[in-house]
Amino acid sequence: MLIHTLAFYLFAIIAVAAGFMVIASRNPVHSVLYLIVVFFNAAGLFVLMGAEFLAMMLVVVYVGAVAVLFLFVVMMLDIDFVELREGFLQYLPIGGLLGLIVLVELIMVVAGMKLSPEAVAMVPAPAPKAADVTNTHALGRVLYTRYVYVFQGAGLVLLVAMIGAIVLTLRQRVGVRKQVISEQVARRRADGVELVKDVPTRQGVRT
Amino acid sequence: MMSVGLGHYLTVAAILFVLGILGIFLNRKNVIIILMSVELMLLAVNINLVAFSTHLGDLTGQVFSLLVLAVAAAEAAIGLAILVIYFRNRGSIAVEDVNLMKG
Repeated sequence: MLIHTLAFYLFAIIAVAAGFMVIASRNPVHSVLYLIVVFFNAAGLFVLMGAEFLAMMLVVVYVGAVAVLFLFVVMMLDIDFVELREGFLQYLPIGGLLGLIVLVELIMVVAGMKLSPEAVAMVPAPAPKAADVTNTHALGRVLYTRYVYVFQGAGLVLLVAMIGAIVLTLRQRVGVRKQVISEQVARRRADGVELVKDVPTRQGVRT
Repeated sequence: MMSVGLGHYLTVAAILFVLGILGIFLNRKNVIIILMSVELMLLAVNINLVAFSTHLGDLTGQVFSLLVLAVAAAEAAIGLAILVIYFRNRGSIAVEDVNLMKG
């Protein structure tokens, strides 16, 4: 139990500190790296809560795909980041005040919250005992039966996002000389070479 | 203090969510940081969902969290694609000029 508590505080403190550095660091590359730290620590929190499958998904999807995508874009675009930092201090008082208000409100909600016994009694998809099946197995049982349409919908969302991203960034440049293999293969001898007969002396070939 | 319960996880999620809001407020010019702040907020929501799911012994929250994960990935892909074409057209990513794209 002590280990559990210590691990929770470790993960929580590192996640919050790295989350602060995401928005406060000067260089966006550092921001992305801090974001990766946040994701890893959130995955640790998920493991502590007992949602192992989601923890692994967090690492695979967020760190493996989303954060790397961010890193690609940050490094690919040649941006002057100093100029973009302007206005940080200007918005700090009002932003800090708003953030503090939202935080106090959220914590008041958390502190004053009570779970009604009826809500606990009518759980739609109760989790099986941890000793029976693993978390992944239990999640798969629910996801592929009861929520199968939702699952397919999520796949559809990803498909649309993929096609959308490709359509948005695809461009045909004009004036680029590309190799056209079919034209090269279809070329015959008559297209390229001409045999000129009866050339008069001292006059050359006139075209 | 000693035993970590639902409230602790919800508090961490609340702090991360507020950090996301702050990031959007303070870095109003840098779209990349704004997108990262949105990811932070989605992560906070995920922590909330999973905390309630494991606390109540209900798997629905984890299924929903999986869907949020998928939507977050889609959103990041589309957002960064828009960012790339915006940069290609204008040579900068200052969000304050985005309304110049109007008609």
